[in-house]
Amino acid sequence: MSALLEVEGLNVWFDLAGGGELHAVRGVDVQVDAGERFGLVGESGCGKTTAMLTIMGLLPPNASVAGEVRLAGENILARGEESVSPHRWNDVAMVFQGAMNAFNPVKTVGSQIEEPLRLHGIAEGRAARRQVAELLERVGIPSDRAARYPHEFSGGMRQRAAIAMAIACGPKILLADEPTTALDVMVQAQILELLLSLAEDFELALVLVTHDLPVVAQVCDRAAVMYAGEVAEAGSIDALFHTPRHPYTRMLFAATPDLHAGGERVVSIPGAPPRLDRPLVGCPFHPRCDSRFEPCPTVTPLLKVVGEGHVAACHLNDHVREGALV
Amino acid sequence: MSTAVQGAAAAEGVDVAKSGRPGSIRRVVFGEPQALIGLAIVAAFILVALLSPLFLSQDPKTKVGPIFEHPSVSHPLGLDGGGADMVRLLIAGTRVSLLVGFAAAFVSALIGGTVGLASGYFGGKTDIVLMRITDYVIVIPDIPLMIVAAALFGRSLTNIILIIGVIYWTSTARLIRAQVKSVRERVYVKRARALGAGNTRLIFKHVLPQVMPLLIANTVLLVALAIFAETFISFLGLGDPSVISWGRLIENSFTDDAILNNAWWTIVPPGVCVTLLVLGSTMFGQSLEDALNPRLRVGHLSVRRFRMRPLKGKLESE
Amino acid sequence: MSTNGSAPLLQVEGLVARYPVSRGVVGALRREPKLRVHAVDGVSFSLRRGEMLALVGESGCGKTSTAQSVLRLIDIDGGSIQFDGTELSGLSPRALRPLRRRMQIVYQDPYESLDPRFRVGATIEEPLQVHGVGSRSERSDEVRRALELAGLTPPELYVDRYPHELSGGQRQRVAIAASLVLHPDLLVADEPVSMLDVSVRAGILAILDELRDNGLAVLMITHDLSTAAHYADRIAVMYLGRIVEEGPAHEVVENPQHPYTRALLSVVPKRDPRERSTPQILRGETPNSIHIPVGCRFHPRCPLAIEECKAVDPELRRPAAATDPAHRAACIRV
Repeated sequence: MSALLEVEGLNVWFDLAGGGELHAVRGVDVQVDAGERFGLVGESGCGKTTAMLTIMGLLPPNASVAGEVRLAGENILARGEESVSPHRWNDVAMVFQGAMNAFNPVKTVGSQIEEPLRLHGIAEGRAARRQVAELLERVGIPSDRAARYPHEFSGGMRQRAAIAMAIACGPKILLADEPTTALDVMVQAQILELLLSLAEDFELALVLVTHDLPVVAQVCDRAAVMYAGEVAEAGSIDALFHTPRHPYTRMLFAATPDLHAGGERVVSIPGAPPRLDRPLVGCPFHPRCDSRFEPCPTVTPLLKVVGEGHVAACHLNDHVREGALV
Repeated sequence: MSTAVQGAAAAEGVDVAKSGRPGSIRRVVFGEPQALIGLAIVAAFILVALLSPLFLSQDPKTKVGPIFEHPSVSHPLGLDGGGADMVRLLIAGTRVSLLVGFAAAFVSALIGGTVGLASGYFGGKTDIVLMRITDYVIVIPDIPLMIVAAALFGRSLTNIILIIGVIYWTSTARLIRAQVKSVRERVYVKRARALGAGNTRLIFKHVLPQVMPLLIANTVLLVALAIFAETFISFLGLGDPSVISWGRLIENSFTDDAILNNAWWTIVPPGVCVTLLVLGSTMFGQSLEDALNPRLRVGHLSVRRFRMRPLKGKLESE
Repeated sequence: MSTNGSAPLLQVEGLVARYPVSRGVVGALRREPKLRVHAVDGVSFSLRRGEMLALVGESGCGKTSTAQSVLRLIDIDGGSIQFDGTELSGLSPRALRPLRRRMQIVYQDPYESLDPRFRVGATIEEPLQVHGVGSRSERSDEVRRALELAGLTPPELYVDRYPHELSGGQRQRVAIAASLVLHPDLLVADEPVSMLDVSVRAGILAILDELRDNGLAVLMITHDLSTAAHYADRIAVMYLGRIVEEGPAHEVVENPQHPYTRALLSVVPKRDPRERSTPQILRGETPNSIHIPVGCRFHPRCPLAIEECKAVDPELRRPAAATDPAHRAACIRV
């Protein structure tokens, strides 16, 4: 059986104001199974958010897209935005980064959660309001708060409301873009707990987009690490942490302090990601990599199977047999 | 210094190309046709004013032919009710109109900028008092005030400049105040204060440079207002009797019964000049302000239509 | 306070900072009482040279207000701040200015904290100009030295650049360089890496680490317990304007005593996916610091709370189970 969501050869370019274009997503392949908890990890500008917005068909007019996004086998990108829109919110929903911006400040939270229900012809009037109340209760907001305005909500409450809005039409996949980034750890734990319980109750596939490796480590089954618009490595979260096959993955974990690893050195990754408005030659990570060798500056490494359900794009894997460590 | 620290930063990428300061007036001028056209019109008039000594070897009011002579090759815009050449009168008028326009706008910007800066930066009681004064000045009707002031203080060019300047500073003050209030709260201003910088330094090094482009844009708009006001005052006969301005020219042609003589060439050209200059500086000032005033910036609503494009090499396989 | 003989550089006692909150037009018309946020409500701590203290807590706990009060960047309503033997609390802004030289702050957002119109060199030179230090060439040497200290080498590459030409990490290094150029004794770092990418954070923190080793006193404000555990010598956990637990970093992390600290530590995600634990999630959100609960301020959310907790406002004291003499917690149950 094919995966619920298959992204294949996805490319996204943005026309730049001064001429030229920015190749933000460069041939991304990702599969997410039904009910799976998938992490998409990377630093700012790596293309993770752009890739998610493409799946939602929410790119600005200066974007152009190539590749396929298959939802239960159907290529929803076949006719661009037009063929995405029937699936948006019904099959794929998204919780956006910065919940403040997800709401119109002059409309009540309840009426905004009601909107997708009305627009998609699911419920109207009293029935819709009852559903809104149920949704709010489900995400842990007292239903009488529906009549309040977004600014009367705390950051955590707003994020809960945004999640209620996202699950309103019963999607199969929930894309959560940095859902806890601006929140405190305790609220972050509450939101993650909520997302996990919703995923379980509604058999949702959860795609967690974040720069925060420990969050992915605690929440997800599998993850893809993105760098410079490409997938550098993907596999089970356990394999990514314990047997990384791309130096970027290893170095990213090493740059993340852990609460209890007191004596261990935390090392930053030198350099900065490459500019994406120019052609890239060789491995995009090679200028920052601690293990680069002859082919890296010139030959672009392809994603290669390095273990069960584990792929990596690194020349170190060219001569190493499956299962051996980097 | 550990090698880890050094290595980390040294390689953190200095890939970025050097580029100029952000948010500059230059970018607006060359980025928007409206700004460029406006600037060109204003510049053309300034050029005429600067070159005027070349044309005005003798007093432009000198009688060179019969009164209300029709336009001809030697006098392209004809002669006025005193037999003086209209082209030379217009050139002389350009000088005065520009002088009044720019000087009065400068006075306005100086008062308005100072009030706005003090009000926005110091806040509290200073703010309340200054804004109350501004409110009072706003509600005074400007044209009657100009008439009264011109009658009271005499009709010299300096007085006209000061009167116009003192009337038009209020909008500048409010605009600058709002902008200063937001700049004052920026982290880099707080940081400078934390390291011990005093108010003088904060105002002149951090706050003023940030609001300066907006102040300049606003001043350009004031030039248009001031030129119009001067024309109006002169037309009412309250201008300086010793100088020639476009308003004076229009007023003269009325008093000399130019309309009865069908001498359109004595009225239309000064009117066109005023209109052009006001239009030019408004276009320039407005596009500057649109680009620089954060309150006017409106986000574009996305229509959410992106393009699909084929991937090279993938075409054949499909 | 400090067990070792040398006098602390910074000694804060019973610090209080409150500020009024806007009632809004409706509130004012209804003549509702003026409300005040008790941002800092009796905070005491000390900091020695060559030491890094991390103030950790959730947003609204008062950690940033504490740091700003210590630098007298906001008005304080009580308590004492001794900086190298000088009492700061009553000083006028004018009298404070020479002391500002010795205490510097690095802000959270490097995209906001640098004047976009100042070149890097001018930004770093500004503190020297403000305090009238050195000749032009001496200042330029100091700028180079500061850039090198902040790891921006070679300095020539950076002095003529504008902030928008630099990455976030580089900007933060510039901000650090500007705070070091006056050779301060105390550096307050307010969430110095939270706006930066994971891969460059360690580099910034390594600079602070090294400065501390060279004798600078660092007060780091952070919400990230992992960072605090890794870099700080001591950790002070704040809740609703108070320090509820304080001690050596490893002791606080490995042997937490206050129930709030325990809960907070339990929800920090671990890096190793094999170490998944059940977080002890506190329900509800941190109450606002306008209406602080009577008794122990944590009791409404505390899993250990007993009747007595509603009445007694606990003081910081050494818990029975503490293994380090400098470990203190404000809880009557431990």
